[in-house]
Amino acid sequence: MNHAIFEKNSLILLIGVLIVVSIGGIVEIAPLFMLQSTIEKVQGMRPYSPLELAGRDIYLREGCYNCHSQMIRSLRDEVERYGHYSLAAESMYDHPFQWGSKRTGPDLARVGGKFSDSWHVEHMINPRAVVPASIMPGYPFLGQTPLDYSNVADRMKALRLAGVPYTDEMISNAKADLEAQITPDTKAAKDLAQRYPKAQIRKFDGNTAADAPPTELDAMIAYLQMLGTLVDFTKYDASGPNLR
Amino acid sequence: MSDTAIERSALGDSLAIGSALLCGAIGLLYAFAGTDTPIAINGAMFAIASLLALGYLITHPSDAAADRDEGYMDGPIRVATIACVFWGVVGFLVGDILAWQLAFPALNFDLPWTNFGRLRPVHTSAVVFAFGGNALIATSLYVVQRTSRARLAGKWSPWFVVWGYQLFIVLAASGYLLGVTQGKEYAEPEWYVDLWLTVVWVAYLLVFLATLYKREEPHIYVANWFYLAFIVTIAMLHVINNLSIPVSLLGSQSYSLFAGVQSAMTQWWYGHNAVGFFLTAGFLGIMYYFIPKRVERPVYSYRLSIVHFWSLIFLYIWAGPHHLHYTALPDWAQTLGMTMSIILWMPSWGGMINGLMTLSGAWDRLRTDAVVRFLVVSVAFYGMSTFEGPLMSIKAVNSLSHYTEWTVGHVHSGALGWVGMVSFGAVYCLVPWLWKRQGLYSMRMVEWHFWLATIGLVLYITSMWVAGITEGLMWRAYDNLGFLKYAFIETVEAKHWPFIIRAVGGLLFVAGSLVMALNVWRTIRGDAPVDIKDQPAVAAAPELRGLRAVPAE
Repeated sequence: MNHAIFEKNSLILLIGVLIVVSIGGIVEIAPLFMLQSTIEKVQGMRPYSPLELAGRDIYLREGCYNCHSQMIRSLRDEVERYGHYSLAAESMYDHPFQWGSKRTGPDLARVGGKFSDSWHVEHMINPRAVVPASIMPGYPFLGQTPLDYSNVADRMKALRLAGVPYTDEMISNAKADLEAQITPDTKAAKDLAQRYPKAQIRKFDGNTAADAPPTELDAMIAYLQMLGTLVDFTKYDASGPNLR
Repeated sequence: MSDTAIERSALGDSLAIGSALLCGAIGLLYAFAGTDTPIAINGAMFAIASLLALGYLITHPSDAAADRDEGYMDGPIRVATIACVFWGVVGFLVGDILAWQLAFPALNFDLPWTNFGRLRPVHTSAVVFAFGGNALIATSLYVVQRTSRARLAGKWSPWFVVWGYQLFIVLAASGYLLGVTQGKEYAEPEWYVDLWLTVVWVAYLLVFLATLYKREEPHIYVANWFYLAFIVTIAMLHVINNLSIPVSLLGSQSYSLFAGVQSAMTQWWYGHNAVGFFLTAGFLGIMYYFIPKRVERPVYSYRLSIVHFWSLIFLYIWAGPHHLHYTALPDWAQTLGMTMSIILWMPSWGGMINGLMTLSGAWDRLRTDAVVRFLVVSVAFYGMSTFEGPLMSIKAVNSLSHYTEWTVGHVHSGALGWVGMVSFGAVYCLVPWLWKRQGLYSMRMVEWHFWLATIGLVLYITSMWVAGITEGLMWRAYDNLGFLKYAFIETVEAKHWPFIIRAVGGLLFVAGSLVMALNVWRTIRGDAPVDIKDQPAVAAAPELRGLRAVPAE
């Protein structure tokens, strides 16, 4: 064994190291971008509406992923507790993914529609008001903070660069769509629903005053209420090319 | 000194001043034109740091005659050693606050800046990158000089690496508290902080490599292989995992380039190799230098070091998918990740054996020298967590352990037991050596630190085993009618006492680190050692070793 060549030449050692540490990553990561079967074919996935996107940004900002997963594993108890196991397609527009690694709190991949808006409002202000043994921090400030959505169109443009199929129409209507999602029964709300099918349109934070501006709580609850609701599982076939 | 050397030195000075000016200007630009508050604050911090550096450079004009190549360059290493102790105390303390928050949620205070979600990255970054990173920078720059018999390359570059790295830590941590994050564990810093770290890291690589390049020793010592692999692999992981698209070049927010399953795989390729290369390969460099030095015995097996090195760095890279078992990651990747993780057990234990067996013929040191005990117990914990890791990467085991506190316990047996203990051992070696002291201020305080840390660690790990396995079993428990037996919240309640025990264990670990800080501070201050007779000759700085009266055997 002639190892001296690595021990006597710092640059050869460097190149040797680089080659050896590159192999595993290339074999494991590159195929995920090339194999069609990595992401299942499903009906119903769409990019986040502007309000949902703003909510997701707050979810990241507050570090919710430190305690909540968004990935239901294909295990019997998880499917019974949380619903259908998560598909790769369901996070295909998540830059980055929010699968998480820890369940200090429950999984949120399909939390949408499981609780009422007012439950979420109470829960965010004081989790122990609705779940006495909860150890989640309270987030009373979300409901008191007006949502800053001045650059929401820029955020969507950045996401489009990363591959999310936002159309020009979606981007030019970003602000209007965001406001429309908390003002139901308007023309703007109807347009929004057309651009973002299944978007839930209502004032989420419980403040129903006519001119109440969108709050961070509106965005957060809009995001939580849509989680896991997009894919139409009546049309999903797990067999065939979708079999992982 | 030759003319070219003077010219080169002057060129170095002007480049340093120019860079400081440029950085100051960039900082001011963001401070005033940044589109959101966090980036404006970070811009101001960046500008202040640059201007302080500029002030120092201008008031310390180069004296070509004075900065001749005289011996080893230890100034930046002293700074990194102090920073390591400082950030260690900060990181452990924040961790213990988080532990109490989980037991008593009122401690979150319902404020944005104090909630668990924002504080947890402060803890992980402070411990991994600030405490661990400074331990690695300090020891690697120390070791590469001694084992190459060469002064660090560059005049200002090593200083830039050390202070630039501290600036990275401050920018990242202040950003987390203000809500700036990429939303990826252990890769939370946003794009602009990532760019800054890239600049600092490339400088670190160049300083290290250039020092190796001009070495006087024909062979590159084994510790340096590990350090080099750590530096270059972290550069690769950092750059690829942090590819992202900023919303605005003047704003703090960005979106990761990859989405969903690709984002997950890239992130855990990064995440597990932050463990493999930052927290393992780098610290193995510490093991391969400080254990032989402290016990005055050669490394057990040269051949084993070669096998250990190449197999470890080849295999670690594959292990990422074991963080994604039973998820939407394709099965082939999960199986591959699991297989490689199990194989990884072998090089890990090969390394452990190499470290432990270095004590052959010097096992008595374990009893007489608490610093050796730190170094050796760390290797024992390394062995334990590198057995537990492959075990947990088996899909059937992982279906129970994943998402639970067991993972947290496992991480801490590696982080506190291996990384923490080996760093403490290295710090206790380095401080008298760097500050030219006869020994540490107090060996008894090292003993106290050792037992506080060890007891705290055992409480931590065992309570998390109990908590994790309990909740994992409760999640999957069925009653005799075939329904899930427990609501989620019942599994949370079941962890209350383990959480308290863990927090107490953490408190002991913090207390130990404070004892270390005091001991290090008094040693640096120059206080005469109170128990010099209990310290081995090797505790003294190399230049002082002959001067001490040798006690009768």
